[in-house]
Amino acid sequence: MTTLTPILTKFWDHPQSWTMATYEDNEGYTALRQAMQSDPADLIQATKDSGLRGRGGAGFPTGMKWGFLPPPDGGPRYLVVNADESEPGTCKDIPLLMAAPHFLIEGIAITSFAIGCNHAFIYLRGEVVHVYRRVMRAVEEAYAAGYLGKDILGTGFDLDVTVHAGAGAYICGEETALLDSLEGRRGQPRLKPPFPAVAGLYARPTVVNNVESIASVPAIIKQGAEWFSDMGTEKSQGFGIFSLSGHVKHPGQYEAPLGITLRELLDMAGGMRDPGHPLKFWTPGGSSTPMFTDQHLDVPLDFESVAANGSMLGTRALQIFDDTVSVVRAVSRWTDFYMHESCGKCTPCREGTWWLAQILQRIEHGQGTPEDIDKLVDICDNILGRAFCALGDGATSPITSAVKYFREEFEAGCHTPAAELFPPAASTLFAKEQNTMVTA
Amino acid sequence: MSVNFGRQTASGHLHVPSESKEPYPTDVLEQLSLEAEQVIARYPQPRSALLPLLHLVQSLDGYITGRGIDFCARTLDLTTAEVSGVATFYTQYKRHPNGEYTVGVCTNTLCAIMGGDQIWETVSEHLGIGHDETTEDGKITLERVECNAACDYAPVVMTNWEFFDNQTPDSTVQLVDDLRSGAPVAPTRGPSRVCSFKEVSRVLAGFTDGLADEGIGAGPASLRGVELAKREGWTAPGEESAASVDAQPSATADGPGGGLAAGQRTSVDTPANEPDERPGGQDAQEQAKEDDK
Repeated sequence: MTTLTPILTKFWDHPQSWTMATYEDNEGYTALRQAMQSDPADLIQATKDSGLRGRGGAGFPTGMKWGFLPPPDGGPRYLVVNADESEPGTCKDIPLLMAAPHFLIEGIAITSFAIGCNHAFIYLRGEVVHVYRRVMRAVEEAYAAGYLGKDILGTGFDLDVTVHAGAGAYICGEETALLDSLEGRRGQPRLKPPFPAVAGLYARPTVVNNVESIASVPAIIKQGAEWFSDMGTEKSQGFGIFSLSGHVKHPGQYEAPLGITLRELLDMAGGMRDPGHPLKFWTPGGSSTPMFTDQHLDVPLDFESVAANGSMLGTRALQIFDDTVSVVRAVSRWTDFYMHESCGKCTPCREGTWWLAQILQRIEHGQGTPEDIDKLVDICDNILGRAFCALGDGATSPITSAVKYFREEFEAGCHTPAAELFPPAASTLFAKEQNTMVTA
Repeated sequence: MSVNFGRQTASGHLHVPSESKEPYPTDVLEQLSLEAEQVIARYPQPRSALLPLLHLVQSLDGYITGRGIDFCARTLDLTTAEVSGVATFYTQYKRHPNGEYTVGVCTNTLCAIMGGDQIWETVSEHLGIGHDETTEDGKITLERVECNAACDYAPVVMTNWEFFDNQTPDSTVQLVDDLRSGAPVAPTRGPSRVCSFKEVSRVLAGFTDGLADEGIGAGPASLRGVELAKREGWTAPGEESAASVDAQPSATADGPGGGLAAGQRTSVDTPANEPDERPGGQDAQEQAKEDDK
């Protein structure tokens, strides 16, 4: 049996969990002191050795990303933290930053020291104003304590941190779109190469990392690479926050070693909301990762095992849907999202998502035609691998996977509206209360 | 139902009402220029200040005005077309006067299924307005919003970008009624009151309002895992279980009530820690390696 490993979530229950005082009471900033006595190259090596892979979805080895920076040329190099958490179902970075922002600030200080960066940025989505307050406050506190600013801890190392609020655009979670946005432009992805490590922010060498990746760095430096790599599986090492939402009894954040299964997590979360309604489908890592069904309860949630089963670990955003839910309705709504959020730069995504949304709406309303399902799959084929960035590819995941597992529901959409087959009221959080009131 | 969600016509987007081009009064402009300098100073290159400056314009005008676009363009040495191009890209920038409160109902898949659709229908009918429309009293602009990273609290309603968790149609109707009548309204996770759209826009421009320490650190769903771990005595490797520390200061980590290290080695006994030993200390790690052999 796998058990939980509260590390980043450990003291979220403290009444003032977000303050510097609480963080320092929990050994906060000891890793920074330790790191400042080390050779930066050793810090990068330790991160490589730990096996930490990007926690923002793609799973690229974090230390290797740092290692891609060209040798110092005397000009600036930047660290940019991607806190634009917007993938449907993903809700780990935002609670982390609200409850314990200093993990990230300490991680930024250590990472910046390791890669030779003197100005780091946190790009936080703009739609979470209280989180923005907390992160700004944490940065203020860190300046006041001498963990940021000039001559940090007497080492001569300088670091400024700017907390930047976005303004509502899913695409800015794509790292090069984020950089364009941070430069004051429309958030549209850039052609790669050059990769940000070579020409990123202001065309300077830049590391872009997810919040949880950087927040995990202090623990790795403090406890050692081996401590981290001993957790998880052979190629997916360490821990991560698993976010359960939807039709589970106790939705929430569960921090566990990679490789835990949904069966184990569901057990911890009290099982399904209603034992009479079994699991129907779920996403392992947000809506852009192909959906799983009840056949996949025992797939270890690590990068390799999830991929071997035809999906992606993504952001460990486990959205759970029971058998009251129409998969057509779910997919149709996700597709509305991709249509709304397509940045418009490339044709396959800009045009394709609109066609997909229109076809899905007609199927959802029971007005699909027999050719519609093949048309959907065909359009997906024309987006996947042909879109400018990975977010276009992601738009096809829910559709192709839903057709693969639940084709008959799409066929039913040729004659019967989804709302008739699956009355939406039965799926709601308040369905039970209402039913109880009726019977009482 | 969601057919028109998010579709915005080019004319709707690019139209700037002529009255919004009235120049700022001199004193307002001076203050704005001073604050713009502070924003620009945060970045190595001035253009990076554009997003916060547009938030700052909204904090004054309540939406992106013609004069606000002119101001940003002049301040950052851009064309007004460049500024408009950015302002129209991001959904938080409003192209017409916004209400005092933006009430955003999440209707992305998970929230929609958990009841967001019913909330949307009820509150839209109650207020008599649709997406991106404002009540006649100027109090509320209603929006369908995309996933706001609070799925474990679904269905979620955002009011001026503060979290209202686990909402129902009734609770949301109550919320908008309170907002309209001026009754005090506090988010589930956030400060003790909901600030106005203009006040919140100022925060998003990077000007703090002193409310960071208000409210809770984490809601019940955020704490599910950590509370379960405490009950079960589960800890990360190298950490003593809080339960064992409280109950028996001298107990070993694998003693009664103590926790086992998690991860791959759950079937292997964790090393015993001395009472005065720091969790995860060098000794413990070396011991762990010994145990693994």
